[in-house]
Amino acid sequence: MEWESVIGLEIHAQLATKSKIFSSASTAYGAEPNTQACAVDLGLPGVLPVVNQEAIRMAAKFGLATGSNVSKHSVFARKNYFYPDLPKGYQISQFELPIVEKGKMEIELEDGSKRIIGITRAHLEEDAGKSLHEDFHGMTGIDLNRAGTPLLEIVSEPDIRSAKEAVAYMKKIHSLVQYLEICDGNMAEGSFRCDANVSVRLKGQEEFGTRAEIKNINSFRFVERAINYEIERQIDVIESGGEVIQETRLYDADKDETRSMRSKEEANDYRYFPDPDLLPVILDDAYIESVRNTLPELPKEKHQRFVSEYHLTDYDAGILTSSRELADYFETVAKQLAGDAKLVANWVIGDLSARVNKEDISIRQSPVTAKMLAGMLKRIEDNTISGKIAKDVFNAMWSGEGDADTVIENKGLKQITDSSAIESMIDDIIASNPQQVEQYRSGKDKLFGFFVGQAMKISKGKANPAQVNEILKQKLNG
Amino acid sequence: MSLGPDEVKKIAHLARLGINESDIDDYASNLSNILDLVAQMNSIDTRNVPPMAHPQDVGQRLRADEVLEENQRDRFQKIAPQTENGLYLVPKVIE
Repeated sequence: MEWESVIGLEIHAQLATKSKIFSSASTAYGAEPNTQACAVDLGLPGVLPVVNQEAIRMAAKFGLATGSNVSKHSVFARKNYFYPDLPKGYQISQFELPIVEKGKMEIELEDGSKRIIGITRAHLEEDAGKSLHEDFHGMTGIDLNRAGTPLLEIVSEPDIRSAKEAVAYMKKIHSLVQYLEICDGNMAEGSFRCDANVSVRLKGQEEFGTRAEIKNINSFRFVERAINYEIERQIDVIESGGEVIQETRLYDADKDETRSMRSKEEANDYRYFPDPDLLPVILDDAYIESVRNTLPELPKEKHQRFVSEYHLTDYDAGILTSSRELADYFETVAKQLAGDAKLVANWVIGDLSARVNKEDISIRQSPVTAKMLAGMLKRIEDNTISGKIAKDVFNAMWSGEGDADTVIENKGLKQITDSSAIESMIDDIIASNPQQVEQYRSGKDKLFGFFVGQAMKISKGKANPAQVNEILKQKLNG
Repeated sequence: MSLGPDEVKKIAHLARLGINESDIDDYASNLSNILDLVAQMNSIDTRNVPPMAHPQDVGQRLRADEVLEENQRDRFQKIAPQTENGLYLVPKVIE
C-alpha cells in the first residue's frame, strides 16, 4: 500500500513589540520572574485590555507580504480553558473574524521544484505564561512575564505532503517574519515555534485521515523528525489493523518519538465567544495602503535583484537572501568593492557562514563586520594578499587582532609581487631539486604542484600564485 | 430544547464549578429556559442583518506601543497564597 501524508502547520510568531498586546508591560526576554507581569497580565479583577497598535500593524504587514486579505473588521474572542499559566481562565484570541485570511507562500524543495502552500489565516492572540515543574516542594512555579506577549498564529492549509516540505515552509515563514521585522525569529527563546497537524491516507484517496496534533516544536530539525516519526507511527497503527485517534501529542527529542498527552476530550471545548471587553478592530483602505508602503524588499524580489544586479548564480542568490541579515551583510560588503561580487558571495557563504554556524551566533554578532570583510577583500582585489593568505587574515580578524590592514602589516603577510624576488627564489628551488626537475622534464607533469608547493612554503604563502606559476613554467620548460 | 443532568455536569466541569447533586434538576430547567429563548431568537430571519460582535457600533481604540508599567511584583505577590523566588506557586500540574 502506498501512503500519503497530509500536514498542516500552526506557527506561533511572537511579535517584536516593546509592550504586550493588551497591556503596557514590557515584553523583554529573560527578566526576573513576574517582574513584567502587570495587573492586566495577571487578570486581576477590574482590569481592561487595550490593544497595542503595533501588533495590529505587524499582523497587517504579514498579511500584505503573503498576498492575504487584511480584514477591515476583525474581532477578538475568548478561548476558554483552565491552566495555571493562563490566569484569566481564557486566552484572548481571534476566532471567526481573524485579521489576516487567505494568503500563500511559495516553497522550494531540494530538487529545485516549487510548490504553493496556502495560508488559511493568521490571527492575533496573547501568549500564556510559563509553568516550571522543577522542585517546588511538589508544587508548580508560575512565571507570567510571557503572559500577554503578542503572538501571530499563522495557520497553513493542509497542503504539505512531507516533513521536508514542512521544514521548507517553516523556514520561509521564519525568514519572512524577520525580513518584515515583526519577529526576532529566536527559536531557542521560543519566539518562533509550531504545532503540526499530521494525518495519513492511501494515495489517491480523497478524504483526509484522522489527524494528530504535535505540540510546541521549537526547531527545524525537530519538526522534520517529529513529523516523520508521527507518519510512521500512524501507518503502523493502520497497517496492524488499528485506528488513529484524534489527539494531542508531544515530541520528545531525547527519545525521538511522539507520545500522547493526557487525552482530555472536553479540553478541546473552548467555548469561543467575542470578548465583550474589546471592540472590533476597524481598519480602512488608507491605513492598509500606508502599511503596504512600509513593506521592505521581500526575499523573492531581493533574490531576483541579486541575480541581475550582482550577476550571482541563482543558487548563491538563494542562500544569500534566505535571511535578511545575511543579505544585508552581503550587500554592505559588495557595495564597497569595485570588482566581482562573486568573490564577496563566496566569502559570505563560505568562510563567514561556516564560522558563524560553528560558533552558533548570528551574523549580526560576527566579530568580523561587513566593513572589515570588505577591507580584506579589497586587499585581495589589489593583489596585496592572495586568497590563501586571506584565510589567515580572516581568522586573525575573527580573533580580534584588528582590521585587515593592521593584520597584514603586523604579521607581514603582504604578498610578494616583485618578480625578480620570485625568480631568484625559484632559481634556488630548481637548483636544490635536480632530481625532480629531471623527472618533470621527462614528462612527469604532476610534479609541477611540488614546485608550487616549495615556492609557497619558502615564501610562507606570500608569493603571488599567478606569478609563481608563470615563472615556474618558464624556467622549468625553458 | 432541554438539557439533561449529564450536560449540566459537563458544563459545570468546564467552568470548574462545584455543584450539588440535588441542584442539578433546577440548573437543567433554568439553563433550558435560556436555550429556549435563544432558539426563539434563532427562528427570526436575520439574513439581512449584519452580524454584531459588540453592542457599541464603534471600533477599538488602539494604544501606542510603549512600556509604561513598572515592576510591582512585591505588591501583587502579597496577596498570593504562596510564592518562591518570585514565582507564584500552584498545586502541581503535569501535562
